[in-house]
Amino acid sequence: MFVASPISVASAMSAANLDQIFVILKNWLVAFLPPFWQPIAGVILCVVAIVGLYPALFAIAVLMERKGLGRMQNRYGPNRVGPFGLFQPVADGIKALIKEDVVPFNADHVVHFLAPLVLVVVVFMSLAVLPMGRNMVLVDMDSGLLFFFAMGASVELSIFMAGWSSRNKYSLLGAMRAIAQMVSYELVLLLSSVVVVMISGSLSLVKIVDAQATYSGIFPHWYVFTPWGLASFVIFVIASTAETNRSPFDLPEGESEIVAGYFTEYSGFKFALFFLGEYVEMFSVAGLGTTLFLGGWSAPLSFLGVIPSWLWFFLKVELWICFFIWLRGTLPRLRQDQLMTFAWKFVLPFTLLNLFVTALWRFMGEGWARWVVCSVILAAAYVVFGRLGLARRHVGPRSYRYAE
Amino acid sequence: MTPLASYLLVAALLFAIGLAGALTRRNAILVLIGIELMLNAANLNLIAFWRYGPHPEALTGMMFAIFSIAVAAAEAAVGLGLVIAIYRSAHTTDLDQINRMKG
Amino acid sequence: MSIAFYPLAVLTLAGGLGAVLLKNTVHCALALSVAFAGLALLFLTLDAQFAGFAQILVYVGAVAILVVFAILLTKGSETPESGIFSHTWFVGLIIAAGVFAVLGWAVLQSVNALPNESAVPAITVHDIGNALVGRYVLPLEIVALLLTAATIGAVIVALHEKEGAK
Repeated sequence: MFVASPISVASAMSAANLDQIFVILKNWLVAFLPPFWQPIAGVILCVVAIVGLYPALFAIAVLMERKGLGRMQNRYGPNRVGPFGLFQPVADGIKALIKEDVVPFNADHVVHFLAPLVLVVVVFMSLAVLPMGRNMVLVDMDSGLLFFFAMGASVELSIFMAGWSSRNKYSLLGAMRAIAQMVSYELVLLLSSVVVVMISGSLSLVKIVDAQATYSGIFPHWYVFTPWGLASFVIFVIASTAETNRSPFDLPEGESEIVAGYFTEYSGFKFALFFLGEYVEMFSVAGLGTTLFLGGWSAPLSFLGVIPSWLWFFLKVELWICFFIWLRGTLPRLRQDQLMTFAWKFVLPFTLLNLFVTALWRFMGEGWARWVVCSVILAAAYVVFGRLGLARRHVGPRSYRYAE
Repeated sequence: MTPLASYLLVAALLFAIGLAGALTRRNAILVLIGIELMLNAANLNLIAFWRYGPHPEALTGMMFAIFSIAVAAAEAAVGLGLVIAIYRSAHTTDLDQINRMKG
Repeated sequence: MSIAFYPLAVLTLAGGLGAVLLKNTVHCALALSVAFAGLALLFLTLDAQFAGFAQILVYVGAVAILVVFAILLTKGSETPESGIFSHTWFVGLIIAAGVFAVLGWAVLQSVNALPNESAVPAITVHDIGNALVGRYVLPLEIVALLLTAATIGAVIVALHEKEGAK
């Protein structure tokens, strides 16, 4: 039993223990209970930690988004509440909690109430399989990746429930757009993750990270540093932006178009739950992308391994979030048909070709030949698919149609 | 009652509920919902027998269930496409009114 | 058998009953999703994790959405004027009850003859993958062909005809 006194804890504070500090803390806390209750208490402790941490990260991300977007648009973000606006999330939280919960008279009350709950539950469950540090995964499932995608697929149902139960044409339209977009890009997300499964040989996220946590010299074996990995990573970023309804794919909740899409009839705490669910979905998808392509909790250079693994994981996830915010501030919104055309006519064929290229990589054996062959095939495919997509635009003289 | 018998009874009950839905509801889509329930009940049967039967490492029941899920998804897609096509020509999904071969 | 079987069985059956008894079609579709989720959890209690997660991914994530879209495209969410049950509902109920009676009798009769291995099968996803491309490669290819044909068929059947549309 780990007997903790302040002196012994301080003396055990080497780099390896700093890395495992949360595991050591959990084991120490759980050791106070009788052996029968220890596994359950350990799980409950981890769940409480996750459920407490991610809303805190959500608050920071919301603030970062508003300040960051503001700076990109040549204005200050919120700067009244606290120094540099740092207490804005607190103000937002208080506002959301005390606002009146308005439900339309014709709305389907049961479904209207359940929709944000389903979203939040499903999104938090998908966090259960992400390895957030060395030995720091809540459940190490043999088919962890499949579980993650199963939870991602359930989000669409909650969006439909929200949009339909409001009995509002804007909500329904927004929900239909969102589901069409999510279904298309879910396929792309799955296929771009399959290449990682092909190479690492396992659906378990822990094993995928372990396969990337090795170094050749000082350079890591992250999958993003291979030609097929880079292509998959780019596709994964595009698909995850579309899955979480972020700009430039945020037509379903386009504030300038259909009021707020499927959020329209939600106010107060339920809206806060939807907002929370969306941002935590962003975190979980970013966490999955980090795990699959960016080496999870491993450090980028072997001598940087002194920095704890959980710090690297959250650093990479925060980089993803900054990239999402940067994308939002930069690119204009895509139209619905442009979005779907892009998914089905460019990204999906490219992803299928990527599967083939990955198989080629695997069976060509070690050496520089496979790097050259795979890179050339992918670059050529990118150019060809791009040109094919652009060439079909027959832009003739403008014709007008009037309502007769 | 053995565990396997309880799972089989639940599957039988779900099958009967799905059959009742498919036979008594008017809306064509609800008939398809009943059919999906019946397919799911059969899947439960397969997995239960796989788990409690001899030689689960041969994976026969699990494979059968996975292929059944795939086939059921394909059948749901085609069936719902048919319902939409029928709605477009008959302007109703009420099965009691689609009772003439003409049209 | 785990203690979670009874609440999960009740949840699944409640979802199934809701799917066939509720008046509003969209509520039926949502009850169907509850039944699917309950079934996936039952698969998990039977140590079939791959089948359980595949069930959620395919049924809740795709089939339920398909059903909901079909309901909305055919104006199924309006309440019908002449009742929700067909005029031959009693015969249907008798037939379903008869089927359940036969199945239930068969199960209860043979309770002692049923196999009852209690060892948890040590199956990994690796084994499933090996089986799929080893022993079951022909069904895999046929299912791939079937899914392609079904996709093309569903699109063609539901396609808007530009000319000749009434």
